Amino acid sequence: MRRIITAVAAVAALAAAGPAEAQSPKRGGTLTFAISAETPHYDCHGSDTYATLHFSAPFYSTLLRFDLDKYPEVAGDLAQSWTVAPDLLTYSFKLHQGVLFHDGQPLTSADVKATYERLRAPPTGVVSTRKATFSDIDTIETPDAQTVVFKMKGVNAAMLEHFASPWNCIYSAKVLAADPNAPKTKVMGTGPFVFGEHVKGSHVTGTRNDKYFRQGLPYLDGFKGVFMLQAAAMLNALQGGQVAGEFRGIAPAERDRLVQAMGDKLRIEESSWTLNLLIAFNTEKKPFDDPRVRRALSMAIDRWGGSQGLSRISTMRAVGGVIRPGSPYATPEAELVKLPGFSKDIRASRAEAKRLLAEAGVPNLSFTLHNRNLAMPYTPAGVFLVDQWRQIGVTVDHKQYDTAPYLAGMSSGNFDVAIDFSNLFMDEPSLGLAKFVSFTRAPENRSRANDAELDALFDRQVRELDRGKRIELIKAFEKRLFEQSYQVPLLWWHRIVPTHKTLMGWKMSPSHNLGQDLAEVWLNQ
Amino acid sequence: MTAEAAADADAPRRANPLLDFCRRQPLGAISFVVIATMMLAGIFSEQVSPYDPLNIDFASILAPPSGDHWFGTDAFGRDILSRIIHGARTALVIGFLSSFIGSTSGAVLGAASAYFGGRIDNAIQRVVDVLLAFPIIVLALVVVAVLGKGLVLGIDANLIVAIAIPIVPKVARVVRAAALSVRAMPYVDAARAAGYGNLRIICRHMAPNLVAPYLIMLTAYIAQAILLEASLSFLGLGVTEPTAAWGLMLSGNASDFFREAPWMILFPGLAISLAVFAFSLFGDALRDWLDPRFKT
Repeated sequence: MRRIITAVAAVAALAAAGPAEAQSPKRGGTLTFAISAETPHYDCHGSDTYATLHFSAPFYSTLLRFDLDKYPEVAGDLAQSWTVAPDLLTYSFKLHQGVLFHDGQPLTSADVKATYERLRAPPTGVVSTRKATFSDIDTIETPDAQTVVFKMKGVNAAMLEHFASPWNCIYSAKVLAADPNAPKTKVMGTGPFVFGEHVKGSHVTGTRNDKYFRQGLPYLDGFKGVFMLQAAAMLNALQGGQVAGEFRGIAPAERDRLVQAMGDKLRIEESSWTLNLLIAFNTEKKPFDDPRVRRALSMAIDRWGGSQGLSRISTMRAVGGVIRPGSPYATPEAELVKLPGFSKDIRASRAEAKRLLAEAGVPNLSFTLHNRNLAMPYTPAGVFLVDQWRQIGVTVDHKQYDTAPYLAGMSSGNFDVAIDFSNLFMDEPSLGLAKFVSFTRAPENRSRANDAELDALFDRQVRELDRGKRIELIKAFEKRLFEQSYQVPLLWWHRIVPTHKTLMGWKMSPSHNLGQDLAEVWLNQ
Repeated sequence: MTAEAAADADAPRRANPLLDFCRRQPLGAISFVVIATMMLAGIFSEQVSPYDPLNIDFASILAPPSGDHWFGTDAFGRDILSRIIHGARTALVIGFLSSFIGSTSGAVLGAASAYFGGRIDNAIQRVVDVLLAFPIIVLALVVVAVLGKGLVLGIDANLIVAIAIPIVPKVARVVRAAALSVRAMPYVDAARAAGYGNLRIICRHMAPNLVAPYLIMLTAYIAQAILLEASLSFLGLGVTEPTAAWGLMLSGNASDFFREAPWMILFPGLAISLAVFAFSLFGDALRDWLDPRFKT
């Protein structure tokens, strides 16, 4: 009954939100919102956690952006217009006139070039987690100050969407020339808000950029993002009106509590999520260099049973492969269940898992599970996995770390098995599969495995323009990946975003990475 | 009271100290029964708990108390009674070890400080002053943050150290006060005149007279240590999921579900309260029983 009431309340909240959205935006006010993790640094290029984007996005612009009213269509951001050559090998962008960095310097095509050079071929000491995605860029030309031309080595049908990635913050060429790592510690963008202050452990602030190039924007005078790592504190702050929203997502029980307490003051929006949890096995450590051990550990997990239980208490929900379930390139359930680790016959899977461990010489395996100290959904995922692996005689020591040491531990390879995440902003396979190519190409591959077969399949599917053939290549990629089990999906997430009704202009999407520049957000008060 | 009367009063204690304790301190005796029950539950948790405390059962998520699950289940369908029984082991092991390490270290420091006096006493007491300036939870939080986690035989040794350190200055101050009066006793002067070494004088002649305050502090701080462990776990700095621990059972998704499943916080909360109450009462009773000033 409670669920029905909650669902009705949520639908009512959505319905009530409809007419309000049609109102004319009001100017002024400071938006205070919650961020449930603190970014380890400010550099969009070297990060794949929302903690960085929810912090940095309001300060930066990108070449293109996703139009959330027509998602996944793209729209211009810094690019006023663009053309794509019929052979898909040349992309030309015309930039807006009069765009200024926050220090008053004008933005030119040289800044875009410097940014994308850093993304595709980062200098020594700089991490670009988009290196594999942009490795297809052959040259970047700047015929004039407002034009930038990308020439590609090969066809990538989704290249425009990649140019709209929220992670491609455009940096100042001058700043990068002085110190290629400056964006990690210094904010200098052309976004709708100018960096105010970052008080570690507390908050980040931004003030309205009066010289922002998109006319009339932003509506807000400023914003304050408050770091709230404890879910209970965040919920209390939402309930008490100290924060107007949390844009990542909350759990179903948290939603129910808020709806019950706040009634029609609250807006709840829900969507499936382009985000899943992965289990990464460190292939540089024994016995995880043995595919039998990795496969056994994947096969011991009852994903279908877990989905039913965990979806009631956490943000985890759907079982899927490396592409979001239900999206055009996702492997259908009937085929997924034939892959290792996805069978619905969990008894048979676990029996096979035990056999594989015995065959590998580690029947009483024990290891440490490296996890993030973020209640939702990392803690439930850790508890679930410990229980699943116990059932095949594996002993697991579960360790949770704050975001910075958690990411540092995975990046440095200082772990046995980690709960990682695949944080996507679209369903395009060239993005979804990029995390699984060889470590030498993709530093975000936490398993540190190199696999030429996977690389070849990845490259072929990127170039393939025939949809049917591409789907077959993606299936072959998944089959190889799950047989080797370097990194395997756990469950896909379900996004539930709570905001106060006074917060307007923010748009829901399947990705918490999108729409966070806050340019069109306003307060109805 | 005359010396003969005092000797008469002590006679039953010498004959049967346990019976004497029960007669003189009935609340202490009841507390001892509670503590003994918890200890037995902790030691034999595998045998007495109805379910495996780590066993997830999604079919029984948030089940209310019933014949199958006396204390209900949590958000993972885990049996709360079994987790409380296993949590007793976590609480008692961390409580006993922390209190023992903290109280013993404090007693050694306090006795040495009183015995040597002068600069050594001054130096030790100034360090104690600094440590006493911090609230116990704040000091433990700092130590946990600095040390991180360090598992030894499945127990977080650093957590034990973090809880033990705030106990040290408190015990050191109390034991020093007791040791100062013992040091002034003629038999200590006699031992020194006989040429005995400092270690022998402290261990053989002073220590037996410091046992009573030491034992009282030890027991009282077990309660504090259990509470501190629960607090640290609640704050996410103590033991981690899925370990069965009382403080941890109150945190995490317990706060999300406390409206529809109040048993998730009711029973672990009761367990913590009962344990802390029992150890506090027992410590008080032990103090009253051992201190001659309370005998009349």
